[in-house]
Amino acid sequence: MKLLIRNGHVIDVKTGIDGIYDLLVENGRIAGISTGIDPEGCEVIDATGKYVLPGLVDAHCHLRDPGYEYKEDIESGTRSAAKGGFTSVACMPNTDPVTDNESVVKYILNKAKNEGYVNVYPIGAITKGLKGEELAEIGELKFAGAVAVSDDGRPVKSSSLMKKAMQYASMFDIAIISHCEDTDLAEDGVMNEGYTSTVLGLKGIPAAAEETMVARELILSEYLDIPIHIAHVSTALSVELIRNAKKRGVRVTCETCPHYFSLTEEACMGYDTNAKVNPPLRTARDVQAVIEGIADGTIDIIATDHAPHHIDEKRVEFSLAANGMVGFETALPLAVTKLVKPGIITMKKLVEKMSFNPARLLGISKGTLEPGSTADITIVDIDAKFTVDPVRFESRSKNSPFGGMELYGLVWCTIVNGRPVVSEGVLL
Amino acid sequence: MILKSKDLLGLKDMSAEEIEYILDTAKTMKYVLTSNSKRTPHLQGKSIVTLFYENSTRTRLSFELASKYMSASSANINSSGSSVAKGESLIDTGKTIDMMGTDVIVIRHPQSGAPHLLAKHVKASVINAGDGMNEHPTQALLDMFTIREKKGTLKGLKVAIIGDIYHSRVARSNIWGLTKMGAEVSLAGPATLIPPKLEMTGVRVYSTVHEALMDADVVIALRMQLERQKKALFPSIREYSRFFGLDENRLRLAKKDVLIMHPGPVNRGVELSSAVADHDQSAINEQVTNGVAVRMALLYLLTRRGTNEAAD
Repeated sequence: MKLLIRNGHVIDVKTGIDGIYDLLVENGRIAGISTGIDPEGCEVIDATGKYVLPGLVDAHCHLRDPGYEYKEDIESGTRSAAKGGFTSVACMPNTDPVTDNESVVKYILNKAKNEGYVNVYPIGAITKGLKGEELAEIGELKFAGAVAVSDDGRPVKSSSLMKKAMQYASMFDIAIISHCEDTDLAEDGVMNEGYTSTVLGLKGIPAAAEETMVARELILSEYLDIPIHIAHVSTALSVELIRNAKKRGVRVTCETCPHYFSLTEEACMGYDTNAKVNPPLRTARDVQAVIEGIADGTIDIIATDHAPHHIDEKRVEFSLAANGMVGFETALPLAVTKLVKPGIITMKKLVEKMSFNPARLLGISKGTLEPGSTADITIVDIDAKFTVDPVRFESRSKNSPFGGMELYGLVWCTIVNGRPVVSEGVLL
Repeated sequence: MILKSKDLLGLKDMSAEEIEYILDTAKTMKYVLTSNSKRTPHLQGKSIVTLFYENSTRTRLSFELASKYMSASSANINSSGSSVAKGESLIDTGKTIDMMGTDVIVIRHPQSGAPHLLAKHVKASVINAGDGMNEHPTQALLDMFTIREKKGTLKGLKVAIIGDIYHSRVARSNIWGLTKMGAEVSLAGPATLIPPKLEMTGVRVYSTVHEALMDADVVIALRMQLERQKKALFPSIREYSRFFGLDENRLRLAKKDVLIMHPGPVNRGVELSSAVADHDQSAINEQVTNGVAVRMALLYLLTRRGTNEAAD
């Protein structure tokens, strides 16, 4: 079967392609990119006026399967991912049971193979049960198919244990993703510490809770000369610490999420639990610093931290509400609207941060349209405007603070392994 | 005049005119309260429920007596021995109370914002009787009523608030209310118990009790929660009292006719020496009476909304 995507603006970081081309898919693989490809015998998608990108790769999401299927499962989560233009997603191990052994990894991979709309890559735990006490069997996790390890949602509190985890994981050449939070400093805070927390009478989480652990990871990475990836960077000083470390040659990569460049702590006003997330939404100054970090390359990756929660876990007192927001279906539009449209980054940089770099971090052969590679493709119309309506999300959960927001960037087509799963903006 | 909102959630979002109106109404209520026959028909046929998720003696009793003095039917729910203890959600509990024909729900809750959540989901008026560290608006209203009664006005007065500001919903409500009414608010407490960026609310924050007390017309001492010591927020009651406790010596820094207030219950010898607590210029006992008057006023004003009378 041949599929021809005609006349779109094709961008590929690996090959450097950035222009109007036709793209041919044959037997699930990219067969060629050039001008004037003969449509004879091809199914044709007209991509005139649209961008044709390597399928987006999310380095950080929660599919809640196994254990919390009432929030999301692999089927609903990957539907949501596909709708948002993601063709590959890496899911965090805070499942029940925790993804800290081969059988849970295999369960996720099997279920994804049978029910998934996009490629799913499990991330294993750093420590058994995410307890921060003993190392998980990282070698077994890697050979079962885990693409990284992380205790996301919880930090590895012990510096000694983190050091050993980095040393041990480096043996298997598997990325370590660190959720940076000094839980002693964060104490029982529920939002960013600052003027808004004072006004709302809510306990604050200081920016320093994130920054002190970012500093620790940078120092450990430099000391051991082992790479570290910092998850969901949210503060100005975190960005600055990472920028400095990179200048010194520290092997650090990092990600931020769309909410950290789109929203401030003020979104919590009125006790809006949809704006409750960890790390918390910060100040306008932090948002600006995150944007600068994206622009100057300090921040390598834009990940969703898609974190579905049932409405009953959000329609409660703010302090009791679950942390997190769904993100698959708003990530690309937010990046387009907040970063590309104002001229902060080019579409090519966006592809780097939402496809090429995450694939490289996870060590998966994705994130490129190079001929011969699997045909994972996202076609997006960045001039189409729409109003976010969480009720219409494919995700099982609707916990988004972006409802009602007008955004640019409609996912027109998502093609996974040569097969369209979203066509003309509709999930098939 | 009419209150803008169906609920009293806090003073943060209330106008100076509304506050003035409540205080004026409370004046009438105090007249009733201190008369020989404490019975008015203002709330006849109205139903008031107090829903308390935290222990309280004085606030609850104050609301209950306010309801009774105005002929309302009232009932109490507390967190033990009810569906609350069985893990029912706040919204479900609220809706249940609402469906029994309740006009006003008075809620106290350990989580900031809980009354706001409740108010969104019930038809009844909601009165916040204290939510987490956020607000305790009826306490601040009774404090302002007391000050106005003693000093004639709030405008231009210097009010010092001393103690654990961080955890204090009384302090927060007073900050919003007093600054709106034109008073000058200065605060002092241990540095570990001052919320961040508090100056942005328009108050002055001092690290010594002396600076805050200087030339004060009114001083409000806050109750010190003794268990905060365990969380390393201050070293000991002894040291707290040494640096932030009010005794007659310190009181001399304030104006001669300084009014002494405390939301109660007082830890004698901690926030206030007994001599200060029992001072001629202490209004601590009158605050309690005024609390009933203010709560009568609020219940009346909120239940009157939507009736013909509200048009005047």
